[in-house]
Amino acid sequence: MANIPQKIVHQYLRHDKKFPHVWCAGCSNGIVLGAIIRAIASMNLNRDDIVMVSGIGCSSRMPVYIDLNTLHTLHGRSIAYATGVKLHKPHMKVIVVTGDGDCTAIGGNHLIHAARRNIDLTVILINNNIYGMTGGQCSPTTPHDAIATTSPYGNIEPDFNICNLAMGAGASFVARTTAFHVTEMQNYFQSAIEHPGFSLIEVVSACPVIYGRLNKKGGAPQMMKEFRDNSIPLTAVDKLPPEKVAGKIQRGILRKEIHPEFCSAYADLVDRVKDKEV
Amino acid sequence: MQGNEAVAYGALDAGVNFFAGYPITPSTEVAEILAAELPKRGGVFVQMEDEIASICAITGASLAGAKALTATSGPGFSLMQEGIGFAKITETPCVVVNVQRLGPSTGMPTSPAQGDIMQAKWGSHGDSPSIVLYPDSVKESYELTIRAVNLAEKYRTCVILLMDEVIGHMRESVRLPDMANVRVINRIKPTVPPHWYKHYDENQKYLSPLASYGEGYRFHVTGLTHDAHGFPTNKSGEAAEMMEACGRKISYNMRDLVQIESRDMEDAKIAIFTAGITARAAKAAIAMARHEGIKVGLLRPLTIWPFPDDAVRKMLRDVDTVIVPELNQGQMIHEIRRLTKDKSDGDVIPIQRVNGQLITPNDILRKIKEVC
Repeated sequence: MANIPQKIVHQYLRHDKKFPHVWCAGCSNGIVLGAIIRAIASMNLNRDDIVMVSGIGCSSRMPVYIDLNTLHTLHGRSIAYATGVKLHKPHMKVIVVTGDGDCTAIGGNHLIHAARRNIDLTVILINNNIYGMTGGQCSPTTPHDAIATTSPYGNIEPDFNICNLAMGAGASFVARTTAFHVTEMQNYFQSAIEHPGFSLIEVVSACPVIYGRLNKKGGAPQMMKEFRDNSIPLTAVDKLPPEKVAGKIQRGILRKEIHPEFCSAYADLVDRVKDKEV
Repeated sequence: MQGNEAVAYGALDAGVNFFAGYPITPSTEVAEILAAELPKRGGVFVQMEDEIASICAITGASLAGAKALTATSGPGFSLMQEGIGFAKITETPCVVVNVQRLGPSTGMPTSPAQGDIMQAKWGSHGDSPSIVLYPDSVKESYELTIRAVNLAEKYRTCVILLMDEVIGHMRESVRLPDMANVRVINRIKPTVPPHWYKHYDENQKYLSPLASYGEGYRFHVTGLTHDAHGFPTNKSGEAAEMMEACGRKISYNMRDLVQIESRDMEDAKIAIFTAGITARAAKAAIAMARHEGIKVGLLRPLTIWPFPDDAVRKMLRDVDTVIVPELNQGQMIHEIRRLTKDKSDGDVIPIQRVNGQLITPNDILRKIKEVC
């Protein structure tokens, strides 16, 4: 990987427009934004050919800060908007930034169908286990027994395994990392953007101000330490006894396969029928 | 050809090159025809997972430069409302065809009704002025589809084409115009360099140029209230400006937007105000009544929103009675009452039906004879 100096981030920010940002102190979203920018910069992509699409939520505020083609849409619908952009201009790189509530609750249907179509979108799902923007309600990835404002006695529901969900639906590139593992995150973003098909990267992230406070996780540094100490790379999973794997965040590329991509399949269809009588 | 077929070919002749939709009776033929025709022309047809995804996909495609359209019916139209509001507030051109069916919820999927007239105007939350067109024949379905696409491009908004189930499925002989005679309007493109571009930059007619993703402009689009550049704002002045801009491009251009058919109104003492398939029955009823010497005329809006206030006020001034037949429990009649304050409620007479059957010429003729 090319060594990109930190300053590069500033070249990609709309710093004259909309800062300071809306995120709380200690939020992981800025770390993810930095990793996205470094991934884009190291790939030498023309930023005119990149579209960043988001829905509603804390993470979905990201596009306003980055100097790309940007589209901040409705709650849950980012992947559907992104599908329209990508199908009309398949040469563009379309990156979706979304959260656990946006993408797996209200937007779950769009997620599974985009994965099934294997359309070439890069979905960066920042999973902070809670609805932050609305003040801390239970999400589909709030762990069992965890506290949220709408599960004040502990969450009685089981939580989604997002990567398994995406793989079950047919996504061809699936990876998981945490906000602590910044270089790994940047590498996964780069691989996902290069991957010709539907890709999803789950970034397990810290919401210290709401989720952390409600669940007595300490501040942002403590949550980062937990990501470091309580996660293991996939390569180590097979080598460890089951009791050392249980409860750990498993990081790594869970799937990377080449399947027929939707826009390419559509282009082939057009080639096949274009000479038919109009 | 069938009404839904006319919509599909009207869309193609207007330059629509992107369709995203979800099957629903009685609009499905539009999707089926475009699924066959768009790939031959290099356009995109995609069947989405639901109607919400469909309105979102056409809006995304439009921002990338496509001429985009979807077709649905009541239940799908309800699901699309949030996305329609997004297209309006972000001033993104697109067209939604709603082939209406009876009832709330599932209702009677294969029966006609005109129950979505108010939803077409007020369906999305928050104030958002609407352009809604309403044909009464297969030929006009073709023409108004082209007009809907043209107006969407020109006014940068989501234009709605309301259809009746009966017109969607009715077959009539139609001679389509030579393509050379079809007037196609494309969105105004910016001529300024990217660093001067404002995504919402009105000219003197309150219309603004629109760049597409991938052209170097790198603009921001958000459903939040935004400033002229498209960036979110909480300033009350900028919020009011954005809200007013969406309305004033319509109110300033009423002459371009309003289309109304007036028939036999010169000496009429009774006027029938109605749209779509019900106007076909009214035309037959008027012919029969005129044969008997009754002075009755027809006003039929082709653009139902914005409502043709001035034209209606003027043309109803000299009539004694207005009959408003509609296949709902009373929607357009409230607009007529609003515009005819000089008449008593008894002079504005409803004919309403919501049982899946049409209002017939005889129903209207009977009412004409009652009041004359």
